Amino acid sequence: MPFLDDFFIRALVGGLGVAIISGPLGCFIVWRRLAYFGDTIAHASLLGVALSILFDTNTTLLVFITAVFISIFLLVLRLRGDLAGDSILGMLSHSTLAIGLVIISFMTWIRVDIGAFLFGDILSMSKIDLIIIYVSGAVILVVTIVIWKPFFAITVDEEIAKSEGINTRLIEFVYMVLIAATIAVAIKLVGILLMASLLIIPALSARNLVTSPEKMAFIASIIGCISVCLGLYSSLNFDSPSGPSIVVVAFFIFLLSRLLVPVYHLVRDKLSKES
Amino acid sequence: MDSRSAMKAVTKKSSLINFDNVGLRINDRWLVRGVDMTISSGEIVTLIGPNGSGKTTTAKLTLGIHKPSEGNISRSTDTKIGYLPQKINMDPSIPMTVIRFMCLVNNLSQEQIEYALEMTKVNHLKNKQISNLSGGELQRVMLARVYASKPNLIVLDEPIQGVDINGEIAIYEIIKNMSKELNAGILLISHDLHMVMASSDRVLCLNGYVCCSGTPKVVVSSTEYIELFGTRASKELAFYTHSHNSVSDESYHADSQHNKAGESP
Repeated sequence: MPFLDDFFIRALVGGLGVAIISGPLGCFIVWRRLAYFGDTIAHASLLGVALSILFDTNTTLLVFITAVFISIFLLVLRLRGDLAGDSILGMLSHSTLAIGLVIISFMTWIRVDIGAFLFGDILSMSKIDLIIIYVSGAVILVVTIVIWKPFFAITVDEEIAKSEGINTRLIEFVYMVLIAATIAVAIKLVGILLMASLLIIPALSARNLVTSPEKMAFIASIIGCISVCLGLYSSLNFDSPSGPSIVVVAFFIFLLSRLLVPVYHLVRDKLSKES
Repeated sequence: MDSRSAMKAVTKKSSLINFDNVGLRINDRWLVRGVDMTISSGEIVTLIGPNGSGKTTTAKLTLGIHKPSEGNISRSTDTKIGYLPQKINMDPSIPMTVIRFMCLVNNLSQEQIEYALEMTKVNHLKNKQISNLSGGELQRVMLARVYASKPNLIVLDEPIQGVDINGEIAIYEIIKNMSKELNAGILLISHDLHMVMASSDRVLCLNGYVCCSGTPKVVVSSTEYIELFGTRASKELAFYTHSHNSVSDESYHADSQHNKAGESP
């Protein structure tokens, strides 16, 4: 595909792919109050990056594996129930980030641009990256659709779901793997520090606009796509850093959804009263 | 007991779940111990007892949310469970209409949804957001959801919470209809001694263990019950059952007849 020869088009296509899968998964992060979990897994992926440089293997794959292991470790620590969930997250989030930074600093034989991993380097997206995003993105989307209904039931009330025959453990594990996979493919877009925001902010913006969970997931994907387009546009025209620009746009859309929707409801009610 | 339940012979009666000396221990503390209980189709079994007596624990053992640390629970293979929890831990950031909530676990047709909502008298709320419902409305919607999924074993944890006094009577009517129409076994948990007693076939009084059980009349007159709830509760109950019979409420009347017939020797 010749149009993919342009670095900007590659960035745009990759970004849209990530935004689409982030929508539905981000909704679950918001509904289940897992914002800090997403952040932790994203931070932990720097450890994966460090390991991939150390062993000279594919970054996405190793970030994915690290993220899955950290999620399992998290569950094991939580199982005993004597440590608070958010303290465990706080500890893991920063210690994995620190371990990653220390490992990278030891590898003096290689010069690593840490900034690219922390804040994203979407403009360096290669065709291989695009293939990874779209192939794993398709798998993530299909699995999300398959577990959607039971997982939504668990999100509303775990005990109802469990007692009425849903395998809650299995589905929660699948969800964790999906989050790990999404973060692994999305690192290049906005980077480790801003990753969670790409999952959460579009979902939060969508909340005010919809009446059903399915619509919220769909609208969140669209808002993610708009953020990517406008963020990259600003990056191209005003030379702003691309990852942070995308997040800034997403945040402005959130503010608009908070300000405009109440005004819209007010106007609508007034009009319906007058008529 | 089975041979004596001739009154129930019209509907097919089979054991859905059976507790054999069941206990649950968490962190070296027994939450409940020594529970023997059978729930059969078409009957309403009620758990009463003070706070922390193990009512909800017993319900969760029934549902399979907890596994027993001792004893044995056997279920019939075709058990389909419906559960109304004490409260629902849903985040307000979830947008969801009543109709979508009805289809939470099961896929239902529009008619099935409306029929169930009609039955609990909340069909006018079907397009409302769950997060905007009052406590009583939510309770009725949750009851409708359980009903619509046509379970044969139903666990209702405090179904009249947040419901006003007229609503209480209506909800007990709904529960009785559910047991009749679905021929389901119902495990009911309540603090409310009066109404529950009037609609139950059997009562288990819990206080960390089963301190007494049997038909409502047997339980109310047992010394353990009076020790736990005081003589006042016992007398008030007599007043309530009497007042229901005096308004010649057909179903209550029929039930008190049944209780007499089903009484253990």
